[in-house]
Amino acid sequence: MNRATIDLWVGIFVVIGIGALLFLALKVGNLATFSGGETYNVQGRFVNIGGLKVRAPIKSAGVVVGRVADIRFDNETYEALVSMNLDQHYQFPRDSTAKILTSGILGEQYIGLEAGGDGVMLKNGDRVRLTQSAVVLENLISQFLFNKAAEGKDEKK
Amino acid sequence: MSLAQIREHARGRLERLGNAVTSHVWRLGFASRFLFYTMLHSGTALRRFRLTVAEIYFAGVLSLIIIMVSGLFVGMVLALQGYDTLQRFGASESLGVLVALSLVRELGPVVAGLLFASRAGSAITAEIGLMKATEQISAMEMMAVDPIARVVAPRFWGGVISMPLLAALFSALGIFGGYLVGVQLIGVDAGAFWSQMQAAVDLRNDILNGVIKSVVFGVAVTWIAVFEGYDAVPTAEGVSRATTRTVVTSSLAILALDFVLTALMFTGGKSA
Repeated sequence: MNRATIDLWVGIFVVIGIGALLFLALKVGNLATFSGGETYNVQGRFVNIGGLKVRAPIKSAGVVVGRVADIRFDNETYEALVSMNLDQHYQFPRDSTAKILTSGILGEQYIGLEAGGDGVMLKNGDRVRLTQSAVVLENLISQFLFNKAAEGKDEKK
Repeated sequence: MSLAQIREHARGRLERLGNAVTSHVWRLGFASRFLFYTMLHSGTALRRFRLTVAEIYFAGVLSLIIIMVSGLFVGMVLALQGYDTLQRFGASESLGVLVALSLVRELGPVVAGLLFASRAGSAITAEIGLMKATEQISAMEMMAVDPIARVVAPRFWGGVISMPLLAALFSALGIFGGYLVGVQLIGVDAGAFWSQMQAAVDLRNDILNGVIKSVVFGVAVTWIAVFEGYDAVPTAEGVSRATTRTVVTSSLAILALDFVLTALMFTGGKSA
């Protein structure tokens, strides 16, 4: 095996190795979405965020328009303060509603943004005033049981 | 047996145990010093890069076939097994996530590392050990050529450079194998397969950590391989034992290091 052949093979090896790394980074890891894009930040207060995590997607009409940047607890109002980074390409009216939703039954939680009708758009640093908390399954079940019990009482009368 | 005999017997046992411990610790110390010395004398390997290129050929290019074929099959098996379990929960669209995450985080670096240890690590040990047995190493020292700079360092760097590339190839082909079985054979939706994978796999948390793992395994395997070769008893039996030890020690090292790295990377970082 002479030098040139060895060099050729090592070259091929390095090229396909780096190609595999690029494949992992671009095709599998999806480097392209939301890494360097311009974003603006809005805040939202939620009574309960359920299982929402930092970097969870923010979707409007099912399309990802941003990511959750930060989640904090406000010790004065006892609410969760969620900071959201939205893509600069997408503008939303000031009276938009932010809901914490779940994808599927067992899926991850995300924020659903529903556009309102106001002419003024949300700016960097604004607050989304209309929010809806995550549905807590335990509360739902207890409410359901309570209603059932109440119905039963009515029927007896 | 008299009391004196028993005492003598016990002391013999203790002495042997002590000797075994000391010799292992001594070997570990020697190995660390050897690694340090190799790093220190890597100048030649990097300046005369052709030496390292030749070693990349032996360690990397010749391992390509086994790595690629096993990656493909591991991915295909993952897709088959994963589909069987996932479809019970109606989550067969998550097949891409399952295949990609298990390959990128764990199986890629670990299985490629194990294959690399048995394919390339054993060859490095046998080669250096045989050089020592046939007194080529001593001959180099006679000619004032530093055998560590000329023989050990290029092999070390060749292995360290090859290993991450091989692990990345393993993962990439595994995902391709999963795609073949999952999408082409079973009929999972191709869009869901890729998009869910892209949504779940994080560049820094998953892919970069996988690459870091493979670099660490590369250093561990080649270090063990060159050390065992250099430290081999210069006989036919000694070389064969050293080769076996390389495969056993580096496989155990990979699995133990994998546990430590996983504990560091994927438990602390996930909750934050």
